[in-house]
Amino acid sequence: MKIRLISKPLVTKSTISKPNIVPRVVELMSKPVLKFTPSSIYCPAAGIHIDPWRPVDRAIITHAHSDHARPGCRHYLAHKDSESILRLRLGEDISLQTVEYGKKFQINGISFSLHPAGHIVGSAQVRVEDKGEVWVASGDYKLQDDGFSKPFEPVKCDVFISESTFGLPIYKWPEQEIVMNDIREWWLQNRIQNKASILMGYSLGKMQRLINNLQPFDGPVYAHGATFNLNERLRAAGFNLPFIPLITRDTDKKLFRGALILAPGSVLNTSWIKKFEPYSTGYCSGWMAVRGAKNRKAIDRGFVLSDHADWNDLDTAIAECGAQKIYVTHGYTHTYARWLNEKGIEAAEVKTMYGQNEDITEEEIIEP
Amino acid sequence: MKRFTELFLQLDRTNKTNEKVGLLKGYFLSAPEEDKIWALALFTGRRPPRKIKSSQVQEWALELAGIPHWLFRESYGSVGDLAETVSLILPPPSETGEEKSLAQWFNTLAGLKDADDLEKKSFILNAWKQLSSFEIFVFNKLLMGSFRIGVSQTLVTRAIADIAASTPAIISHRLMGGWDPAVVSYKELIHSENAGDEFSKPYPFYLSYAIQGTVDELGKADGWFAEWKWDGIRSQIIFRNNDIYIWSRGEELITDKFPELLVLKDHLPEGTALDGELICFGETKPLSFNVLQTRIGRKNLTKKILEDAPAAFISYDIMEYQGRDIRNEEQQKRRTILENIVSAVNIPAVFKLSPLISFRDWNELKALHLRAREFAAEGFMLKHKQAQYLSGRKKGNWWKWKTDPLSIDAVLVYAQKGSGRRAELYTDYTFAVWDGDKLVPFAKAYSGLTDKEIGKVDYFIKRNTLEKFGPVRTVKPELVFEIGFEGINASSRHKSGIAVRFPRILRWRTDKGIKEADTLENLRALLNQFE
Repeated sequence: MKIRLISKPLVTKSTISKPNIVPRVVELMSKPVLKFTPSSIYCPAAGIHIDPWRPVDRAIITHAHSDHARPGCRHYLAHKDSESILRLRLGEDISLQTVEYGKKFQINGISFSLHPAGHIVGSAQVRVEDKGEVWVASGDYKLQDDGFSKPFEPVKCDVFISESTFGLPIYKWPEQEIVMNDIREWWLQNRIQNKASILMGYSLGKMQRLINNLQPFDGPVYAHGATFNLNERLRAAGFNLPFIPLITRDTDKKLFRGALILAPGSVLNTSWIKKFEPYSTGYCSGWMAVRGAKNRKAIDRGFVLSDHADWNDLDTAIAECGAQKIYVTHGYTHTYARWLNEKGIEAAEVKTMYGQNEDITEEEIIEP
Repeated sequence: MKRFTELFLQLDRTNKTNEKVGLLKGYFLSAPEEDKIWALALFTGRRPPRKIKSSQVQEWALELAGIPHWLFRESYGSVGDLAETVSLILPPPSETGEEKSLAQWFNTLAGLKDADDLEKKSFILNAWKQLSSFEIFVFNKLLMGSFRIGVSQTLVTRAIADIAASTPAIISHRLMGGWDPAVVSYKELIHSENAGDEFSKPYPFYLSYAIQGTVDELGKADGWFAEWKWDGIRSQIIFRNNDIYIWSRGEELITDKFPELLVLKDHLPEGTALDGELICFGETKPLSFNVLQTRIGRKNLTKKILEDAPAAFISYDIMEYQGRDIRNEEQQKRRTILENIVSAVNIPAVFKLSPLISFRDWNELKALHLRAREFAAEGFMLKHKQAQYLSGRKKGNWWKWKTDPLSIDAVLVYAQKGSGRRAELYTDYTFAVWDGDKLVPFAKAYSGLTDKEIGKVDYFIKRNTLEKFGPVRTVKPELVFEIGFEGINASSRHKSGIAVRFPRILRWRTDKGIKEADTLENLRALLNQFE
């Protein structure tokens, strides 16, 4: 391990009260293994931060989405599959150490390991063990096997830190194959009418999932710059993805007739999208489960496809990890924590800066 | 039901009017005959009588889904639609049932009228267990009334007119009024040559757009009539077959709410349809809209209300005269007919003529426009002297020319999630002004920001919440907005002592800090100016 062992003072007082002692399993230590600070989820004993939203000395990154992986830290540690994207997004020369899933490493006597979170490629739950007490910070996760990222593995723990992006019972995902068939059918109908099919979603995660599952393609496929860059980056890093040509100013517009266009959501309402006329728009997101969310975006088709756990899967993940205490970060934190408490699982909501709208913050339009 | 649900889904998937009209035509050409009239009723906002209380629907859904009441409320807060929320929380279908047509469902529902709660419950749970999530959504809409989808009546009218080889004006006339899908058939309603045997039917209102640019661009001033734009309820008075019908613009029959107008029965010529404004009138000039509002909501109009808020009809157009549709006559001619009727009726206390404003040129009218509020008007209506009476909102011959809104800079203090299209975002805001060192809420506003601005404000709200009361969040006072409104009144019901009419966000004053927002004093000054 190349991580330096400097004991650092805590950034500020924790905003969370001490975990209550629940007699039914083991007594949690009086000093929490992980704390919630104004900058991160922090492990005081190891002096290391998980997914900090302010620059820190040493950070473990659960996955490469911009609300979890932020620039400016001196040292990063992440799963090896995150490396290529982290370097692309945070800088080629960042100090980054990578590990495999399941491999234990020690920092200041605290034992750490990363485990598949199933969210996107390289996404990890961080397991932290101090004197036999185990905490897991899960970042973002889903239980559905998307066919591209390593599927979620439950990790037994005493305290589980869970997202709750879709922590309402209205969010229940259909089978992935049903959604992929809907997309194929939509593309087919558009091909019959000579329309382009503009399929939108996050560049990192959603697009690889779509590319991987829609193969073999029923027609020509083109990529927006943001999608293209990530696809090429992952291909260069050895991932099994097909080459998808980039759309440039010079691409012959006739080629778009009947083609599938992969693009980030930020292209909606821009002039970029006009070159595909006539076209139909489709958007892949868990939010599409609600009609209002689709109508608000003024898109033609919403496909319910999410890289987060749905309502049932949140419950399943929490049951399987066996934790006696749950901290609920971003999403419907208040609601979901209350639901857990009423079911007899001790839970508290935590304020973090995760789960911000990537549409706005991340997906700039790139047109080389 | 599958067929109708499919139509609904397809309509939901396109924003293009032509495609929507195409889908509607496809449906009405091929749907089972008995279903068409029900679909038409739903598309034109005719609620089938509600058979089951929405509170019961909710309760049974909770039971089947196994979630507590508060969680349902949170879910509803995010979805913004009760029928949809229920369809999303229910488990996937567990039984297979026989496909029923739309009409069959309605007939079965009608049979539930006298059923007890237990029978109703078992019927509904049974239906839920058989239907897919989307079908449940549509089914719930049928159960609870209020079926709104992204299709305007104009589009439905266009589609029907096309397939019936008729015109939109005729079809929209036939679609108006109080027909009941359980009684009338699609064929009778749409294809019957004798559409006139329903005496109550109003004409579609001619609605105007706000004038763009300046009045000078309208050409010669002497080609135009100008009238005050009244701030009341736009309505039609129909007198046919010795009966009087008063319709509001929302196609609501409001005859009972205005008993003082029944006297017109004895004076109007048979076969008359008038367009005008219902308004409360003091001795000499109109009272504020607030006064009118006090009577609209009441079930029982007491003697006191009738005395305090006496209503009158200010007429400004006539669509039917002596049983003949005269909408194609020129404005000038219709006006003359109207003037004759008003003077013949001669009951000025309740039946008035909207006066024409005399002006030599546009400049003279512009000067008068600035004083509209003194006359308790919202501005002017400009009507071309040769204008025909058209259906719906049309440009060209009628324009509304409103006074500039009153405005005030206020601080965002509470926020609530929107509904429907904006269910996930905080879009409903409450604004406050300073009273000493305290912020006093004075107005709620929903509209006026761009989607991008809404996104930013939503982002701010989610990170600057001080407290939560159910769905309402108290927000850290930091953002300042310019709030425009059409009218201002004293109000004992509001904490600020002031009620504003049609408040909306004019712009986000990112250049202003909260200390620069207006005060209650400023609001009171506006009140004194305009009351």
